[in-house]
Amino acid sequence: MNAQEKTLYDEIQEIRALYPVSRSATLPALRLAQERYGWLSPDAFRSVADALDETPAYCMSVASFYDMYHLKPVGRHLVEVCTNVSCALVGAQQVLEAFQSELGVHAGETTEDGEVTLRTVECAGGCGWGTVVAVDHRYREPVRAEDVPAIVEELRRGR
Amino acid sequence: MAAEQFVVLAGAEEHALTKLADYREAGGFEALAKARLMEPAQVVQEILDSGLRGRGGAFFPTGRKASFLAKGTGKPTYLVVNADESEPGTFKDREIMFRVPHRLIEGCLITAHAIECERVFIYIRGEYLTEFEILRAALEEVRGADLLGGVTVVLHRGAGAYICGEETALLESLEGKRGQPRTKPPFPAIAGLYASPSLINNVETIATVPKIVELGAKEYAKIGVPPDSSGTRVFSLSGNVVNGGNYELPMGVTLRELIYDLGGGIPGGRQLKAVIPGGSSVPVLTADQIDVPLDAHSMAEAGSMLGSGAIIVMDDRCCMVQLGLRVAQFYMHESCGKCTPCREGTRWMVQILEAIEAGTASEGELELLLDVCDRILGKCLCPLGDAAAMPVASYIDKFRIEFQEHLESGCPMRGESTLEHVLAPVDQHTHDPVAEVPA
Repeated sequence: MNAQEKTLYDEIQEIRALYPVSRSATLPALRLAQERYGWLSPDAFRSVADALDETPAYCMSVASFYDMYHLKPVGRHLVEVCTNVSCALVGAQQVLEAFQSELGVHAGETTEDGEVTLRTVECAGGCGWGTVVAVDHRYREPVRAEDVPAIVEELRRGR
Repeated sequence: MAAEQFVVLAGAEEHALTKLADYREAGGFEALAKARLMEPAQVVQEILDSGLRGRGGAFFPTGRKASFLAKGTGKPTYLVVNADESEPGTFKDREIMFRVPHRLIEGCLITAHAIECERVFIYIRGEYLTEFEILRAALEEVRGADLLGGVTVVLHRGAGAYICGEETALLESLEGKRGQPRTKPPFPAIAGLYASPSLINNVETIATVPKIVELGAKEYAKIGVPPDSSGTRVFSLSGNVVNGGNYELPMGVTLRELIYDLGGGIPGGRQLKAVIPGGSSVPVLTADQIDVPLDAHSMAEAGSMLGSGAIIVMDDRCCMVQLGLRVAQFYMHESCGKCTPCREGTRWMVQILEAIEAGTASEGELELLLDVCDRILGKCLCPLGDAAAMPVASYIDKFRIEFQEHLESGCPMRGESTLEHVLAPVDQHTHDPVAEVPA
């Protein structure tokens, strides 16, 4: 077990102690592992399972239920465009198309250099300020198609 | 003209109250001190007398829900706050956590005292990172100021699943499982979190409790439209409206006042076509119904519901078939898969709506769609199936001519609808399970 994994293990133990039943720590532990590994790789599942006395299969069965866990590698940056009704009414399609053309990928894909994953998400909860775009989990509201080049430029510069 | 009335958001009219000192200056935590001098049963009685009803969407009397909790079981009682806001159109709980995080915590502590509970879990939707950080900082301040009084408050982040807003799915998720609803009974008040008596309340509901204690149940009950719709709601206004955002209003204000007086009306000189008054799961209202007051009784008479208090405004460029398709896509994506009418029915709805929008559906398919809706309604374990079938059936009911036009000659909007190319999220979980199962 390397040093990084030991820290993850210890961190998961701290979370575990917050709950009367340790299985409750599954979601936060998966989140921590994903932050460490970039995605929920087989190694990530093994680490979580070890730390919680669960099986990797159990952890995967839980992770596959939730949209925020990445079961495949993703880019260093994550761009999520809400396309639910409120955002769609005020131009989410055009915002998404602008990201697709600026990044050269479709929703659900990662740029060739592995930098940016673009995806569409269901209602992000910023409906009055649509279109909502989450860049690395920070909401930008509202985003219009003409704002997209600057956001992509910012990501490309690695800010 | 309707005016905002700040109860839940009191003190945060101009700036967010994210510092404990500022919150205390605005009278914060005085209600907690007052409540702790009262007998627990007395606090429950106050909540009962206030007429407060659940702000998550079900509108169940909060005091009654608390009074159902099993006593003398030898097990701990838990308070679980539902901050998994995800009904499309709704963003009020986010605003409450952002602007008055301490009021939510104070409400938790008062409620914990009322139901004699020592452990509180706040289940916050995973996407709300900023709000989680604000709440965490507020909780640290409250802990530092020795206000917790022996109560442990744990912030638990979700991971992206609409269904976890359903209370038993939320409990499953909090127990570290897939978020699939449980069969009821037993109800959470008897066997909830870890099979112990549990009270689950929405953020806005809990954040209202300090004001009820402060004002007294009698005074609070006078706000709005007593006895069934007492108090304020933080209404989320979105869609084709000039000033989208959250507005805290006494119940009973009309949709017209909210949309035109406060919301600034419809932009670009367009005409109002339809309004969703309580989140995407409730039946739609037409433009000639907007004089209906925003209270439970009036909404029911108009054939809809206040739901989560999310008002989505649509102008004349919105194709109602596309709207139905987008709504059905959402609920299909979020169906947990546990029970058949919802899992299969939402897929059927999407397929038929796609055919209607494409102009390839036959006359009988509109009836088939209504039949599918009927086979979902009231036949599922949880309200998610209803949440898909109810609105779509209402679009057909209210805009039947538009659906007929699709059957006869395709979409009458001819590519000009605001929802053209409605995009449901691509499936994030398409993967090769065999290649990825750890050895």
